[in-house]
Amino acid sequence: MQKMNRRAFLGTSAAAAGATMLGGFGRLTQAEAATAAAELTPGVPSGIASYVTMGTLPGKKPLIQLADRPPNYEAPLEYFRTPITPNDQFFVRYHLADIPEVDVKTYKIAVGGDGANGQAELTLDDLKKFPAVEVVAVNQCSGNRRGLSQPHVAGVEWGYGAMGCARWKGARLKDILDKVGLKKEAIEIAFNGADGPAVDKTPDFIKSIPAWKAVDENTIVAYEMNGQPLPHLNGAPARLIVPGWTGTYWMKHLISINALTKPLGGFWMNPAYRIPLGKFPIVARFTSQETAVNTPITEIVINSLITSHRDGAKVKAGKVTVSGMAWDGGYGIRRVEVSTDGGKTWTDAKLGEDHGRYAFRPWSFELHAKKGKNTVMVNATNAIGQTQTGTLIFNPAGYHNNVMQSITLHA
Amino acid sequence: MRKIVLAVAAVLFAGSAMADEQVIKLKAGPGADKVEANCAACHSLSYIPMNSVFLNAAGWDATVNKMIKVMGAPIDDGDAAAIKAYLTKNYGK
Repeated sequence: MQKMNRRAFLGTSAAAAGATMLGGFGRLTQAEAATAAAELTPGVPSGIASYVTMGTLPGKKPLIQLADRPPNYEAPLEYFRTPITPNDQFFVRYHLADIPEVDVKTYKIAVGGDGANGQAELTLDDLKKFPAVEVVAVNQCSGNRRGLSQPHVAGVEWGYGAMGCARWKGARLKDILDKVGLKKEAIEIAFNGADGPAVDKTPDFIKSIPAWKAVDENTIVAYEMNGQPLPHLNGAPARLIVPGWTGTYWMKHLISINALTKPLGGFWMNPAYRIPLGKFPIVARFTSQETAVNTPITEIVINSLITSHRDGAKVKAGKVTVSGMAWDGGYGIRRVEVSTDGGKTWTDAKLGEDHGRYAFRPWSFELHAKKGKNTVMVNATNAIGQTQTGTLIFNPAGYHNNVMQSITLHA
Repeated sequence: MRKIVLAVAAVLFAGSAMADEQVIKLKAGPGADKVEANCAACHSLSYIPMNSVFLNAAGWDATVNKMIKVMGAPIDDGDAAAIKAYLTKNYGK
């Protein structure tokens, strides 16, 4: 494994810094996007605007550079106008700063653990010998929209953009586990990636999921994203895909898979990535990790985003198409409703192409904009009847913010 | 001072593999040098203005304590106190 070549980066970044980003992205003008501050989600902590710029990583279009080390870059709003997020527009999120460029020729995933009957080592070629499956799924950081928490809470202060939806292709985790054989006592499957901390004492990022989720037919080890090898900063050569669940479980640069007969410990399982018990309408439980007061975050809560316009945008009076995306933890979006009177009455938006129950579902709505102020509020409903929340469900880590969005358009 | 700057530069250079290195100019004040010398060893300084302005003294104390106790940052007590005071005064509410 080799560290990234610094000089290679400088070349690409300098070239990209001069490039304009918005040709063809629709309604935003270049002037609106000229500064990263204009790309920030309204409501994030004020300190971000003091330093933020659009950053260009190798192979990426400009992303909002919240931090370069470890790299945390979110996508601007206009990257969410298609149900599939292109690889070069996909957000980047790391906990730890030592990120090796993994050599695919020597790359191996070690499979085993006390909950497995045997052990195996898989190369990338081995992985590709398993039946290949594809799933379109939203990868959303657990902390997406943390920056909108009121009061603010410490952490990476994401706006709307720590998410993306891609077509992932790889081997079923179940098929990989079948190769070593799971003992009936196996309760969790744990994962480690090649990235590590800057100092040895920092806990390595190791995560587990319940055995039942691991053997779900949609949980895969992906080596392709939207028909291409995974971009380095999205987990090459292979990463875990846990459709419906938040990004914390989607281990990048996957190097080990361990079946466990006891719950995984460590900082990143507890106290990190926990939600208070009983506060959110969560169906998928992670019972081996539950305590009397909290539980690991699991499935994504139902949510939607207006992507055609920013809050405060100017429009012409008359017909205006307002559009966006809706998504949930894999039950499937059944309905998206829009209110133009502050939530008193609701009208169905038109749903767009269905890429599957784990994917972004596009929606659109014809607004008859009147002169002056027009408010547009959105609420999504999924197949099990869950809807978004009207008021923030506060929690100390700022997770699961699915407050119905309301924007004002000026005609 | 020159020695500290060189040390920080060396750490940044060795530790960072990313493009677009951020240039974060911290607010001037007592303790800024301790922040640069300690915090930048593991992460870019952008995390400080990013988490402002909303933490009070207790919030910055908790953050610095987490870095030492959980993340294993090798920061001595004297520097930790100076860092907490600096962050509270310059990036606290």
